[in-house]
Amino acid sequence: MTDAPAAPAPRPRSQSRAIWDQFRTHKGALFGLIVLCLLVLFVVIGPLVWQPEKLRVAEALKVRNLGPSWRFPLGTDQLGRDMLYRMMQAGKVSLAVGFIAMMIAIVVGTTIGVLAGYFRRLDGPLMRLTDMFLALPLVPLLLVLVMLFRDRIAGYLGPEMGAFVLIVFAIGITSWMQAARIVRGEVLALREREYVLAARSIGAAPRRIIFRHILPNVISPVMVAATLGVAEAIITESVLSFLGLGFPPDFPTWGRLLNDGLQYMQLYPERMLWPGLAISLTVLAVNYIGDGLRDALDPRIRGR
Amino acid sequence: MLTFTLRRLLLAIPTLLFISLVIFLLVDLAPGSPMSEIPLTVPPEVRQKMIEAMGADQPVLVRYVLWLRQFFWVEPATLIDGWFGTSLAGGEQRILSWQTRSPVFTMIGQRIPQTITVVGTAYLLGVMIALPIGIYSAYRQYSLFDQAGTLFAMIGFSVPTFFTGTLLIIVFSVWLGWFPTKYDTTLSVTDWNSFVQQIRQMALPVLTLALANAAAISRYMRSSMLDNMGQDYVRTARAKGMSERTVVLKHVLRNSLIPVVTVIALGIPAIFGGAIITENLFGVNGIGAALILAIHANDLPTVQTLAFIFAVLIVVFNLIADILYGLLDPRIRYD
Repeated sequence: MTDAPAAPAPRPRSQSRAIWDQFRTHKGALFGLIVLCLLVLFVVIGPLVWQPEKLRVAEALKVRNLGPSWRFPLGTDQLGRDMLYRMMQAGKVSLAVGFIAMMIAIVVGTTIGVLAGYFRRLDGPLMRLTDMFLALPLVPLLLVLVMLFRDRIAGYLGPEMGAFVLIVFAIGITSWMQAARIVRGEVLALREREYVLAARSIGAAPRRIIFRHILPNVISPVMVAATLGVAEAIITESVLSFLGLGFPPDFPTWGRLLNDGLQYMQLYPERMLWPGLAISLTVLAVNYIGDGLRDALDPRIRGR
Repeated sequence: MLTFTLRRLLLAIPTLLFISLVIFLLVDLAPGSPMSEIPLTVPPEVRQKMIEAMGADQPVLVRYVLWLRQFFWVEPATLIDGWFGTSLAGGEQRILSWQTRSPVFTMIGQRIPQTITVVGTAYLLGVMIALPIGIYSAYRQYSLFDQAGTLFAMIGFSVPTFFTGTLLIIVFSVWLGWFPTKYDTTLSVTDWNSFVQQIRQMALPVLTLALANAAAISRYMRSSMLDNMGQDYVRTARAKGMSERTVVLKHVLRNSLIPVVTVIALGIPAIFGGAIITENLFGVNGIGAALILAIHANDLPTVQTLAFIFAVLIVVFNLIADILYGLLDPRIRYD
């Protein structure tokens, strides 16, 4: 028990610093992060900076189907609406749907995963449930859900909020399975660790063990699943809107804009090009971020 | 192997029941009784028969069982009657579409060949593109080809099919005029000319679907090859003096294909689901287009049936994948 002067160890790096350093080495992930930030700025700050003049109906009729100009940088649509402004509005909804649906999926998935992994008695039934959910035909089911419940929910919350709540909820509730499986696997391994045993032997309640010792350790895989979940949710929403079963036309999303542009594809292809590019770029960026995060959060890869 | 297969088969039954219950309840609990929405154009006696067949005045559970009976007994029996001239079904009420007032399964029977032609060709093409890319990417890991393959896969994952589809239409049919924009379902292949026409109209939808699938499968192939490349048996094969070609294409490839075959089988139902978009975009008159049509027309029996058929496809192909895996890899059987 002597305090032998140890060789001065190099100052340890903080964990977040190490993760960031690893993340930075992944070129694709860095690119993804920059693109995503730009897109978020575009939809959040954009409408504050770019406010198209309010046109009366007669004026709007004159400026229908215009090409790009200084007045309308992305042209106008068949009703004389400014495409740039519509792109910003649509992007706000698309990204919001992606993030909120992902959060629902992650909360449900993590809860089920932790319960199944920690309480042995719940493992069988919950995992059977997960398997069954995985066997559900998602796209047809979502279409049916939207078709059957859109009007009813619109009656309570108004057409726009109703569609938003319904779609976010429907996507969230049908995409938690991956997260649940990943979390369960991690928890199964973690609950056998010594520190969990130690916590249990000093009489910690399961709730405390889960929140204090297990959840912080499953955060990394959950974050990766969450990133990929955002991409998934954005694509699902745009599929619904593309098939005409998403949001109402005056509450556009990128998928909806693409659907609107489809009729004018031959004359004005750029009108579906922009929303399509926006969706693809967002998803590509998010996927790359997920890829980089997976490497950065894995301590076995990090530091090599 | 037999017990393994049997166990998997038995496990599939509760899954199917669960899914059918979800689909049934979803439509059943939806606002407004489905019975009140039978269009007024349906003649009263047919309406009465439909109501009786679905047991509209019975409790939920009875209605569910009656629906299952229609789906699993009356419909297959009618099919067998059609084939062998028996009378198993005994003229019982079949599932009728509210749009056309004809049996839903007749409509599905007419449409499914369209779907299978397009989707099947697309999947085959996708696999044929993906496997060589995956194999060569793994063999030359981190080479330029590998990086290009990674980029291709990433783009294939991220760009939704409805966007690749529209892009292909704009480039190849609107600008270049090489292929038609719409798929003509009435075209029947009789001679060389109509065959060429069929190929031309299939090109774009097939390409759209094939690219999306190739992206995912090539990734699986690559990682599976990489897992096997470092194994001892590969070094042994090299040490024995086998040619590089034999080592890669015989020893490594065969073992790497095991998980990939499963993934390919698992992907088939998903591609039917994904085909909904492509079918709508290109106007292919398959079951995906039928689903959208039925949804817009509020045709609940058709919607219910089609959704359940998609579910059955998933369960069946999951089963096939499981059994294939057990067949190909003996270690799996003793779980």
